[in-house]
Amino acid sequence: MTLEINNLVVEYRTPDGVVHALNGMDLQLEKGMTLGLVGETGAGKTTTALSILRLVPNPPGVIADGNIKLNGEEILKKSERQMDEIRGKVVSMIFQDPMTSLNPVLTVEDQIAEVIERHEDVSYKESYKKAREMLEMVGIPGSRGSDYPHQFSGGMKQRAVIAIALACNPELLIADEPTTALDVTIQAQVLEMMKSLREKNKMSMLMITHDLGIVAEICDTVSVIYAGRVVEHGTLKDVFDNTRHPYTEGLFNSLPNLTNRKAKLKPIKGLMPDPIHLPAGCSFHPRCNYATEICAKERPEKVFRTERHFTECHLYNEENIIKGGVIKR
Amino acid sequence: MNNPKKRSQWADAWRRLQKNKLAVCGLVIFTVLVLGALAAPLFLDYETDVTGINAQNRLQSPSSENWFGTDRLGRDVFARVVWGSRYSLSIGFSAAAISLLLGGTIGAIAGYYGGMIDHVFMRVMDILQAIPATLLAICIAAALDPSPRNIVIAIAVSFCPSFARVVRGPILSIREMEYVEAAKAIGAKNRTIIFSHIIPNCMGPIIVQTTLSVAIMILIVSGLSFLGLGIQPPTPEWGAMLAESRSHIRDHSYLAFFPGLAIMTTILSLNMLGDGLRDALDPRLK
Amino acid sequence: MNEHLLLEVNGLKKYFQTKRGMLHAVDDVSFTIERGKTLGIVGESGCGKSTLGRAILRLLEPTAGQVFFEGEDIAKLSKEQMRRKRKEMQIIFQDPFSSLNPRKTISETIAEPLRLNGIINDRKKRMEKVLETMEIVGLAERLINTYPHELDGGRRQRIGIARALAPGPKFIVCDEPVSALDVSIQAQILNLMKELQESLGLTYMFITHDLSVVNHFSDDIAVMYLGRIIEKASSEELFTNPLHPYTKALLSAIPVPNIHMKMERILLKGEVSSPIEPPDMCRFAVRCNHCMEKCKASEPPLTEASRGHFVSCYLNRQE
Repeated sequence: MTLEINNLVVEYRTPDGVVHALNGMDLQLEKGMTLGLVGETGAGKTTTALSILRLVPNPPGVIADGNIKLNGEEILKKSERQMDEIRGKVVSMIFQDPMTSLNPVLTVEDQIAEVIERHEDVSYKESYKKAREMLEMVGIPGSRGSDYPHQFSGGMKQRAVIAIALACNPELLIADEPTTALDVTIQAQVLEMMKSLREKNKMSMLMITHDLGIVAEICDTVSVIYAGRVVEHGTLKDVFDNTRHPYTEGLFNSLPNLTNRKAKLKPIKGLMPDPIHLPAGCSFHPRCNYATEICAKERPEKVFRTERHFTECHLYNEENIIKGGVIKR
Repeated sequence: MNNPKKRSQWADAWRRLQKNKLAVCGLVIFTVLVLGALAAPLFLDYETDVTGINAQNRLQSPSSENWFGTDRLGRDVFARVVWGSRYSLSIGFSAAAISLLLGGTIGAIAGYYGGMIDHVFMRVMDILQAIPATLLAICIAAALDPSPRNIVIAIAVSFCPSFARVVRGPILSIREMEYVEAAKAIGAKNRTIIFSHIIPNCMGPIIVQTTLSVAIMILIVSGLSFLGLGIQPPTPEWGAMLAESRSHIRDHSYLAFFPGLAIMTTILSLNMLGDGLRDALDPRLK
Repeated sequence: MNEHLLLEVNGLKKYFQTKRGMLHAVDDVSFTIERGKTLGIVGESGCGKSTLGRAILRLLEPTAGQVFFEGEDIAKLSKEQMRRKRKEMQIIFQDPFSSLNPRKTISETIAEPLRLNGIINDRKKRMEKVLETMEIVGLAERLINTYPHELDGGRRQRIGIARALAPGPKFIVCDEPVSALDVSIQAQILNLMKELQESLGLTYMFITHDLSVVNHFSDDIAVMYLGRIIEKASSEELFTNPLHPYTKALLSAIPVPNIHMKMERILLKGEVSSPIEPPDMCRFAVRCNHCMEKCKASEPPLTEASRGHFVSCYLNRQE
């Protein structure tokens, strides 16, 4: 499965004004790869995911421009019925909160079997057999399938949610902060499991997270997004070792250093901009330590360091991006 | 967000209420009704205009003289409908006030102290609620005299459980909020916590419930009067007027139409206002 | 009594009666905190770390044990005496949304502890103090009459900090103060709290589930598991030389934002067992990769493995 998003613009038209959630989002995810989508609250991570499944609530949400291609096919032109075929079968999504994404009045295997029955031509009995297999696959004894969600612990619920998402062997899995609600030791278990399932099912994955540690752990490529645009994209090595955008740099500097506990944190000044009144030019300029006059006026163009690593920042031109060193670490 | 001037949250709520057209509409209609009821004695004389019999002028259809026509005793229906609002509204409001005081206190005590007290109080309320409100009101009205005071008591008692619940619910959840714990941590006394942190935060649902209850109470008063258990003729209560009009409903339907319209308008305006208040009073919504 | 000690907790227990039996939320916990230092309390959800913080401040009444604050056992104080003591011991909450009364403006919230404790009775002087405190925590003066719902999480957490600082406390329990915040804001708040500690000489008890934050922030760290402290050492020591298998697993589970530092991950089996009526055995035994016969026979006591490094595990006993 390849996923390609070009210049996606999504707005929420509310009585208080137009919320500019995505402002020309570009994403590329190749077959069998995992793309990390990193950003803070309100950056547009979840809107991106919902757009791919065409689940942006309308009203107030409107996909105003751009295109989303799955295996080269335009998603935005598909009928609602075709989308039903895609959702759950071709593209699956895991939500952040496992507590609310399971239906409390159905048993866990009911919920897995339901998805299988909807998308695959199998008998009732087979669907339940497969449901239990799926549970085993995510490390839950099949016999627990007849339990209700409230009988599961938090980690088991998230495993069950993953089992539902993977039930029909999707080609693309969108995981929206799948481990944020879990404890670290449980998070480690779930991440480990997701890694092995990804290999086994050969699926592509879009990992939405705010945690650069998780990105380092599980992703192949990273897109850092800010105010609805990708500000830096590249492979793990590109973004982690050859960081170019001041915002990406700021994210790294905000994290406590595990090896040097005395190192002072260098937070990004200011706050996320109000998505109704986004700053002109580069949206990041009011918080940027390197901002110059042009940053407040013009939106920066993409500057490529390598074929796959680019950043959108006025600091760079074709020459100095290769060398870097414009921002001090 | 950049407003350095202090605005009260009531002003905020008022601003939000104004955005809701239906609620404003309800508020305007209701205000007109209340003003009409208050002003009625200024331009109507109870003895002559409202209950005075005028045999020459019986069963006149609506005209410029008698806007709503006249009834079988020649009384002006408009005057009677306007005067009738005095009964409906005052009974509705006083019953709601008593019910709120009684039920609200019970609910607040049950919610704040919890445990055994909560259990006992709420089970008593459950029993009371198991009796249909109208039926209870009928029983009380039948056992005592059908006077306005007794009707108020009957309705107030039967509404206590719903007020107790409406107050208890938010208190239960607010009691567990971290800001209540925070208040305790900065050395607030129980009294401060209840009056300064808990009660202001459950005013919204209480106000909404009161508004909607007044509507239902007015409906019950009319119903009781219609059955002859409420306000007695010749007092011009809407329900009683409807009952009187029954024998003329075929040829003089306006006799039933106008009191009916009055009831409907009042209830509708209160319900629209109540729904609007529900949205306006939540400080988390902008 | 050691002059340097601000807080000494001795055998503190907090049990809750539930339908299925006694829940041992905090079970016989002892530790000390020196003046001006920070003790980090780390553990996963349900380990009793938040209950511990609340029991020390008597927001929850402890079931047993002593809490010496400047040498005085506050667990013995009457409710009224405790109420007067509260201005010296404060708390910052995790959730900047539910910890602020939505019907009070910023200034009302910050002024409340000053008013209630009779610290400043003059209205005008109180407002001056409120403005001063707002400046210390980095809140602009123009926000003085705004309500919490008009502000973002970071600013709200600053209000929570200002409210805790206003009465001039010596000791603050910080209950996951940054877990609800975005990383860039998290760093702002952590830096602020650190600066405040240095300038005001505050003593913190820093409760969190985030090991990288606690390492950065604390002088000493205590690791909790099912109501017990299972390991306690200086931050340096705990991170370089963890002894308890649980601490090791916990440290290895942190996702590191560095692609060149691949840690050997220790995966634990299963999940935390029930804190209701725990049997007399090592509470971690069922998940432990090194579990021995002895571990299931009795609970290992917390003993000093090396200077200042305490651990409750039979593995590290030289016998």
